[in-house]
Amino acid sequence: MEEKPKPKLDLNRVDMPRQTPKARAKNFNEVALGYTHDMALQEANRCIQCPKRPCVEGCPVNVDIPEFIKALRDKDMPEAVRILKGKNALPGICGRVCPQETQCEEVCTLSKKGAPIAIGRLERYVADWEREHSTELPPSPNQQPSTGKKVAVIGSGPAGLTCAADLAKFGHAVTIFEALHTAGGVLMYGIPEFRMPKAIVQGEVDYVRSLGIEIRLDSVMGKLATVDELLEGKYDALFLGTGAGLPMFLNIPGENLNGVYSANEFLTRVNLMKAYLFPEYDTPIKIGKKVAVIGGGNVAMDAARCALRLGADEVYIIYRRSRVEMPARHEEVENAEEEGIIFKLLTNPKRFIGNDQGWITAVECYEMELGEPDASGRRRPIIKKDSEFTIDVDVAIVALGTTPNPLISSTTKGLETKQNGTVIADEESGKTVKDKVWAGGDIVTGAATVISAMGAGKRAAASIDEYLKRK
Amino acid sequence: MYKIVAKEKLCPVVDFMKIEAPEVAQKAKAGQFVVVRVDEVGERIPLTLADWDATGGTVTLVAMQVGTTTYKLAALNTGDHILDLIGPLGLPSEIESFGTVICVGGGVGVAPIYPVARALKQARNKVITIMGARSKDLLFWEDRLRSVSDELIVTTDDGSYARKGVVTEPLKEILEKNKQVSRVIAIGPAIMMKFCSLTTKPFGVHTIVSLNSIMVDGTGMCGCCRVSVNDVTKFVCVDGPEFDGHQVDWDIVFNRQRIYCDEERQSLERWKAHKCQHS
Repeated sequence: MEEKPKPKLDLNRVDMPRQTPKARAKNFNEVALGYTHDMALQEANRCIQCPKRPCVEGCPVNVDIPEFIKALRDKDMPEAVRILKGKNALPGICGRVCPQETQCEEVCTLSKKGAPIAIGRLERYVADWEREHSTELPPSPNQQPSTGKKVAVIGSGPAGLTCAADLAKFGHAVTIFEALHTAGGVLMYGIPEFRMPKAIVQGEVDYVRSLGIEIRLDSVMGKLATVDELLEGKYDALFLGTGAGLPMFLNIPGENLNGVYSANEFLTRVNLMKAYLFPEYDTPIKIGKKVAVIGGGNVAMDAARCALRLGADEVYIIYRRSRVEMPARHEEVENAEEEGIIFKLLTNPKRFIGNDQGWITAVECYEMELGEPDASGRRRPIIKKDSEFTIDVDVAIVALGTTPNPLISSTTKGLETKQNGTVIADEESGKTVKDKVWAGGDIVTGAATVISAMGAGKRAAASIDEYLKRK
Repeated sequence: MYKIVAKEKLCPVVDFMKIEAPEVAQKAKAGQFVVVRVDEVGERIPLTLADWDATGGTVTLVAMQVGTTTYKLAALNTGDHILDLIGPLGLPSEIESFGTVICVGGGVGVAPIYPVARALKQARNKVITIMGARSKDLLFWEDRLRSVSDELIVTTDDGSYARKGVVTEPLKEILEKNKQVSRVIAIGPAIMMKFCSLTTKPFGVHTIVSLNSIMVDGTGMCGCCRVSVNDVTKFVCVDGPEFDGHQVDWDIVFNRQRIYCDEERQSLERWKAHKCQHS
């Protein structure tokens, strides 16, 4: 029997249990533990099932949120899974790393009362339930008969996996080419285990494979084959989802000293290569006693929290603006702070100082102050005169951001790129100026979020499908 | 999975391996490298191609046993598989008709210099090759290098075979005698490449070295392999592996090779102990 929504608004958002800061700072296990069944039901029951459904509009892939929540509180879990996966091939991932607070939850009707439905946590609950009950799975949702058309997808990150999954559902044969030895892109090499367990990523990659998609690992496109060779060969269309994988450096003295890492290298060693399990795994990493992470984004928070878990005594975040301008998710900054990361705000490195063995010993910094807003709309940081001071460190991690890898654009004729290396593509369809080629995700936008890349993959899949049907 | 179709010991610490990788073999060019990962817990390491066979669908790697990964490789046999082989990576060697070129291969660098010398020979250069090793039992591929060279000089540090001395000595003599040399390509230990560059500098002969930095992905993603060339930071994996030896900041090359010395030793000792228990 259907439960009627409570007449009175319930504004008590159900908290999700987490490991205590003290415990989690010493292990790589997931920080957030997920709802229990009762917690999920309690939270789902707060949803007023409003007819306006603003949450669906707020979701970049338009998940039918009220419907899956309704199925959840009707205790029809297979139906909740079916609804969720109808729009989102990677719910276990999105439930963990989407910035719901600026998307579905921000526009939730209850948000006006300060207590939006915890949609992300419910999504995660449904996805995890499916993983744990995979034998009770309904068949793959609404796959259409084969069209005989073939599509190549380059990159198996969030954009590529989503695009491929939708194309497969439309009945096209899809091959994904992945440069690394594992599928998942940034979900595998970038986001740490304690925020995005790798078993969950691989579970969702396996689901994408189960749709009949071939994933070819160890395949560096641009080197092994060019885009034109793929299109001259057997593919009717191609989607570029190679992300933004190239690390930016500060270009200050001492940056090539031993012990100075890009966040990409540090995180790839820890996450993809499992250096946190060295020597059980062969890939080493330098565990600093005092570690400085430069940057204020999510990647900086991830690197700092990894350094702490590896056993560092003191970990600093060095950021040139103030707390309010930090691009990291509020929740991640809070997590880092709780775990004991030390924030050096309005601070910018001048140079890295090394010893005669070529190892970093300190980072010299300027104090900064904020001036007028710059092009990004944030107040421009300005150096305070004669404010130099040093912080002793033995490892520094540069997390300034990333730009697209030019391996594809430099080997593909007729693809247009901007000065920052991003590929120019139609915002809605993802179509590039090159015939038969679409692009989406960080390769188009520059480093952004998992869900926005998924949204772009989804829109490109629809556009590719339309094109292939016309052909 | 990539199958090892032939394997032999070139000398006690150097192994030759032919591995099935048809797509890589189709695209490979002299000077490029591959990244290999032997097993599930393995590290990714770069190895410069020693040869390839586009029709047979194989690539040839020659590796000296120095760390866990190369010891693991040495322990494999024909018919075994390695988990991952990624390539061809890096920019190919610049191959043109330069005139007279000198190819220098030192130690295990004799293997990757071979396809470079062959390509230069095919491009109608006069190829003078100098190959060197510490002693006779560490020398290999003399015949192969002879087959692609107009002239071949062999050195051993201890004089146990051919000319006694290091490769920079004949290099200097040739440059003094022959003013027509338009390019030198040196591949071997970093210290050898540095001294080859120092040797050629007074003669103003363009000198190319192939750097073998520590890498993770090998595609420009991590920046672990960065090196300073003419005061600009370059990534060996995508901007190299070949650079102008006169512009390379060798101190940074040496320092960065030593980053994981302690961990590498620890890892290898652990692997050897484990190996003993199970054999």
